[in-house]
Amino acid sequence: MGKLAMGVYPGLVGSACYDFALKLADAAANKGHKVSIWFSGNATGSVKAHQKHLKDYSTGEKYLTSLLERGVEICTCEACTIARGVQKPEGIEKIKWSAMHWYLGSIHAADRVLHIGGE
Amino acid sequence: MGDVKCAFLVQRPQYKGETSRLALTHALAYQTVEILLEDGDTVTPTLNFVGEGVLGLTKGQKAMEAYGITSTESHLKNCLLVDLDIYVCKEDLDRFGIKEDQLPDADEMGAEKKINVVPFSTIQKNMEEANHVLFF
Repeated sequence: MGKLAMGVYPGLVGSACYDFALKLADAAANKGHKVSIWFSGNATGSVKAHQKHLKDYSTGEKYLTSLLERGVEICTCEACTIARGVQKPEGIEKIKWSAMHWYLGSIHAADRVLHIGGE
Repeated sequence: MGDVKCAFLVQRPQYKGETSRLALTHALAYQTVEILLEDGDTVTPTLNFVGEGVLGLTKGQKAMEAYGITSTESHLKNCLLVDLDIYVCKEDLDRFGIKEDQLPDADEMGAEKKINVVPFSTIQKNMEEANHVLFF
């Protein structure tokens, strides 16, 4: 099976791209592909734990938790995340925090890259 | 795996959104990715500006004074200093009336690289030669 590296930049709320990215990651993981996801920019706000799923808004936490349980590697840009006031202890467990070279490293290892550059 | 070429393509103006800036900082990260790779493996980026992405690249920026943030100009200079190849589309510069001599260099920092003003065909070649193209 293949290795898919995804870079996700749009925010959780206000863009369907984020939702699409997680659903695509889910489909790829279900097919047995190895998937990694890099969050940067507004997407990093989605790593905060204890999100309340209001039905007028997209939600990330339950999908992220499910992806993590199935071995999908997820990493958030630490600088982008703390710039938004989210500290590591407040984040969803098992999501990694790193810097931008993490994404380049996952790109290096990937067969395919899907980069969703954001708004 | 060897070298993996990444073409960063910036299509949106600097300062209007965050992601056009993130293209520069992500490309710069090629300097530190080797700590995550096997010996001999590398990532080689090119940074390409097209369309409205050529806006906000001129010298003399006062972003720190105006917004309290580092300027795109300073990021461009850092990119040149670490030998990152930067390409700006000539046709799009002409379209917006921006002259080549309005773009910054990093001579005072000792950089040997310059910003390359090139026809779109060169940027297209960069994309074709890259293993991965990243649109910002």
